[in-house]
Amino acid sequence: MRPIISDKEADILSDMLLPRRTMLYGCAAVGGVLATPLSSAFAQSGDNAPGAAEITVDRARNEPIPIVVPSFGSGNGATITQVITDDLNNTGLFRVISATSSSATPDFASYKAMGARAVVTGNTSGGRVEFRLWNTLTGQQIQGTAYSFSGSAEVRRVAHMIGDVIYERMLGEKGYFNTRIAYVSQTGRRSNPTKKLAVMDYDGANSRTLTNGKWLVLTPRFSPVSNQVAFMSYVNDRPRVYLFNLQTGQQRLLGDFSGISFAPRFSPDGRSVVMSVTRGAGSDIYVVDLASGSKRQLTSSGAIDTSPCYSPDGSQIVFSSDRGGKQQLYIMSASGGGAHRISYGSGSYAGPVWSPRKDVIAFVRISGGFSLGVMAPDGTGERILTKGYTVESPTFCPNGRVLAFCNQSAAGAGGSGFSSSIKTIDVTGFNEHSVRTPTMASGPSWSSSNT
Amino acid sequence: MKLKLLGAFGAALMLAACGHSDDKGASTGNGAAQQTVSGVVPGSQADLVANVGDRVFFPFNSNNLTSDARSTLNRQSEWLKRYPNVQVMVAGNCDDRGTEEYNIALGSRRANAARDYLVSLGVSSDRITTISYGKDRPISEGDNEEAYAQNRNATTSVR
Repeated sequence: MRPIISDKEADILSDMLLPRRTMLYGCAAVGGVLATPLSSAFAQSGDNAPGAAEITVDRARNEPIPIVVPSFGSGNGATITQVITDDLNNTGLFRVISATSSSATPDFASYKAMGARAVVTGNTSGGRVEFRLWNTLTGQQIQGTAYSFSGSAEVRRVAHMIGDVIYERMLGEKGYFNTRIAYVSQTGRRSNPTKKLAVMDYDGANSRTLTNGKWLVLTPRFSPVSNQVAFMSYVNDRPRVYLFNLQTGQQRLLGDFSGISFAPRFSPDGRSVVMSVTRGAGSDIYVVDLASGSKRQLTSSGAIDTSPCYSPDGSQIVFSSDRGGKQQLYIMSASGGGAHRISYGSGSYAGPVWSPRKDVIAFVRISGGFSLGVMAPDGTGERILTKGYTVESPTFCPNGRVLAFCNQSAAGAGGSGFSSSIKTIDVTGFNEHSVRTPTMASGPSWSSSNT
Repeated sequence: MKLKLLGAFGAALMLAACGHSDDKGASTGNGAAQQTVSGVVPGSQADLVANVGDRVFFPFNSNNLTSDARSTLNRQSEWLKRYPNVQVMVAGNCDDRGTEEYNIALGSRRANAARDYLVSLGVSSDRITTISYGKDRPISEGDNEEAYAQNRNATTSVR
């Protein structure tokens, strides 16, 4: 694959193509995606140049932006139309107006009359899809790119890439459609479930399992920089943290501990994994360097210190601990030490994850029932986003605007009525959706946008 | 430990018990049966379940051993001394009112509490391994106080 790229926007796209492709398809021979810029019909300067966002979206609930997305044709074209439409609609930030025509020059007057802020045009022919994004009010082309691809497996991905470009050009921040979620697939009786490591596209498509289910697996965590997932496996009845290489399918043990190692999470540079290790009645937090295998102990409180998660700049770690009685959230230096408590509400707090935007930490609060919330790193501004019988394992999408989490219902006698699924919700607390998975699912972990 | 002969009753128990190291489907709960059930192989998992009691229960978010738990573990220690070649695994389990990660640690706490008590009664620590399943192996599949109480346990199984 050799991208023919000239403008900065396309450079961004090409950067995320290579590692992603090799990861997704491993050794399978699948043609690459080629992105080329399309000049504007009006040949204006500045085409495709990254500029100011068309629309500013703040944290408040906004009226969705009307945008016209026409049919990209039949076959692959229909898939592309559907994927882009779903991507944009599911954000809650756009309202897609469908259209049949995809002619080169949109009828701006009629779209303006419909209230559309932007118009997409595009078509698919064989292994090539073209798309242009237009400002309805000015009639100017905002973006134009052609993608060539081979193999139907890449059709959805091309559509997600187009959706990401539309999202970024309209909102001024990177989209998260061309991403994946690692999770735990669950089948069988609740009392003795079969759990497999699984990976799917962010929208639930292309789900595949990675382990055979012989041993229990829990808490997969995507590397922020590479095609690896850290997870907990009970192989040989010795529950410990392993690394799964998605490209080769190989696993390796991470760290050599006598206790149970669990609750792994990568450092932002992807070079190490922080985790808990049981000792006596408590659990200590360790960091393991992936290259050297060396380990360093960060806590030794004697209490249960667990669920460590780095700040986006890697300088701090938020974790939960019952050192003060009930589980609460604490922040310490990434080298250990200086731990101070940040959660003070009633009940207990657990499972913190730091937003990639740095501004909030998501958490599970257990007070009567389960709820999912966010607070600032200094502990102020706590907001509850959603509640459920069990809601846990929050994970941020790469731009920090959306969280995926595990939602479980209460079971009746014999486990009847039990369900476990993955949902997403805006960090604003609006726009809760279910992600469709082939089996029951738990423990989601969102990939970054560059893997 | 390999079993060579099983009575019908023991076989039924063992079928459920042998899966992999996970015997919960086979158990009769606290199993405070004082009379010996006939037809089970002495020193087997079925013997432990039927005649000794394979599990002890804990209060909410606690690894404190209740007096019931101690008496079951007292019987387990006597039984382990009677069959010195038997190796066991103690699995700690939790109800689903905690997060997955915290419960792994809490289950480990419970397994260690049971193990430490057995060791204090003179059972060699070499014979006991521990594991925690957190909230992933609930004996009772429902979600009410009774089920929670059942699911907060440390379960001993013959390896």
